[in-house]
Amino acid sequence: MSHESLVANRLNSMFEEKKNNLLSVYFTAGYPELNATLDIAEALEKAGADFLEIGFPYSDPVADGPTIQHSSQKALDAGMTLNLLFEQLKELRQRISIPVLLMGYANPMVQYGVERFCAKAAEVGVDGVIVPDLPMYEYEQLYKDIFAKHNLSNIFLVTPQTAEARIRKIDELSNSFIYLLSSASITGRSLTISDTIESYFQRIKDMQLKNPTVIGFGIADKAAYQKATAYANGAIVGSAFVKFLGTENYLERIPEFIQSIKS
Amino acid sequence: MKYTVNDQGYYGDFGGAYIPEMLYPNIEELRQQYLNITEDAGFKAEFEQLLKDYVGRPSPLYHAKRLSEKYGANIFLKREDLNHTGSHKINNAIGQILLAERLGKKRIIAETGAGQHGVATATVCALRGIECVVYMGEVDMERQAPNVARMKMLGAQVVPATSGSKTLKDATNEAMRDWINNPEDTHYIIGSVVGPYPYPEMVARFQSIISLEAKKQLQEHTGKQLPDYVLACVGGGSNAMGMFYHFLDDEEVKLVAVEAAGKGVDSGHSAATSVLGKEGILHGSRTILMQTDDGQVVEPYSISAGLDYPGIGPQHAHLHKVQRAQYVSITDDEALNAGLLLSQLEGIIPAIESAHAFAHLEKMQFRKEDNVIVCLSGRGDKDLSTYIKHFNF
Repeated sequence: MSHESLVANRLNSMFEEKKNNLLSVYFTAGYPELNATLDIAEALEKAGADFLEIGFPYSDPVADGPTIQHSSQKALDAGMTLNLLFEQLKELRQRISIPVLLMGYANPMVQYGVERFCAKAAEVGVDGVIVPDLPMYEYEQLYKDIFAKHNLSNIFLVTPQTAEARIRKIDELSNSFIYLLSSASITGRSLTISDTIESYFQRIKDMQLKNPTVIGFGIADKAAYQKATAYANGAIVGSAFVKFLGTENYLERIPEFIQSIKS
Repeated sequence: MKYTVNDQGYYGDFGGAYIPEMLYPNIEELRQQYLNITEDAGFKAEFEQLLKDYVGRPSPLYHAKRLSEKYGANIFLKREDLNHTGSHKINNAIGQILLAERLGKKRIIAETGAGQHGVATATVCALRGIECVVYMGEVDMERQAPNVARMKMLGAQVVPATSGSKTLKDATNEAMRDWINNPEDTHYIIGSVVGPYPYPEMVARFQSIISLEAKKQLQEHTGKQLPDYVLACVGGGSNAMGMFYHFLDDEEVKLVAVEAAGKGVDSGHSAATSVLGKEGILHGSRTILMQTDDGQVVEPYSISAGLDYPGIGPQHAHLHKVQRAQYVSITDDEALNAGLLLSQLEGIIPAIESAHAFAHLEKMQFRKEDNVIVCLSGRGDKDLSTYIKHFNF
């Protein structure tokens, strides 16, 4: 059986229906309040986010800058765990219809048990997983079949330094979208989209990959969102939203935040 | 070699390269090139020359007669403390700076716990005229202040790691973040046998000079090919891996790795990874690490900054699992007392890291003909204030 026939989830339907200007938003589960996960998700959907990435926090997030590190530590201090997150997500599909991905580091997932993690994620209605420190080799050897069995997409990252042959391989292994990093950097660094970055976006576009692409890292405002979506199917806002969550009355002001990026 | 790495970078179940895509090109470049570069005759000649003339190798294997008398065995100390910069860390730093030059890198980053690796890295960067940035936990900067000053004097920039426990693990996180942000011009000199493959193997090879020399020297001393016991302390485990390397396949040699129990294995303030740890992923490799049931890394504790690390290198995890080496642990107090004992019996003040290995001698049963090698990985100058405080000198 091919990968395509195994995986037909909300992500695939979304990319079929809408090809451009998709907006995804990342936030860390348990931040700024332990039990606000679904409230934030629901507000984002209502405000017009097309899909969501919910971060499961890790003590040592090496690919993240200070903003997401801080939110992760706060969430852990408040008592966030994978068990609690899955408990919170039990009502996910009663409240939210857009695609949802879980994003985090390999160790909490491995410690929880990858099989158990995937089963739980599928059970609550999660569509895919992004684990930046789970490399292609290990995924293929150890986890690909488990992900497929539970109809979960694994999302790979591509950076400006990723070689063409590897991008082709990633395209082959992917079954919903490819996450393009705007630059080789940790999260939350402000980005000016330069000619070099644009030529990298163009290079990827010209490769005519079979999977849609979404650009993330450094997408903090409308200008960056517009540049990114000129080259890819969508863009991901992470640190900028997490920073926003640290401000007052964040829940009722989520529409305002989304408007500031998307309008 | 039965205990070495396979083609995919694994030692049994442990190792691999669990790195974000941003680091893939760097790690792949290293994986493809490090053996070609380090096996090249020109590289070897330069490495050996610097180890001889600059580091002062071979380091002596010293027959510690009064210590031998006390414990009823022939105890030999592998004197890595006599190396330039005061510890074994310089062996790896020299190897990696020569490698970085051949990879065309213009900037060096490193993490450090006790500061020994930071000093070694700052030293080789000064030697070769390359920019150097060292990440060090804020807590460690305080307890190892003389080493911070040494690094600065050598021209390095020392950047405090202020997240988490503000110790070695956090310094390693910060160094990895720097590398992600500066992938093209920068080489990351990891100081221990940890990190994504090929680092654990590369560092072990550079440190393997310790056991290569010791094997030869023991024969000169005793006429025997092999010792009965080899002891070394383990944080991440680089001096231990260097000390074990050429004895790994000699199954009759008993290898003893000594971890830091801190205030006691069950005290909640410990760094005894082999006892408290579980299999997982830390700093790019699958290994044994101290973690919660939820997979969060537990903050370790040891009085010795160099052993204050929540994991062990993947090859150690493998040696532990297949029981090729015995992993034991020693408390802060036991280590400090052993440091005092070595000072007064042999006139050698050891680093508190190394003192952990000596403390375990107290718990062993020897036959008087046993030959025992203990790796004296570093000298105690950097720890004087800790010793002074503890013993009220």
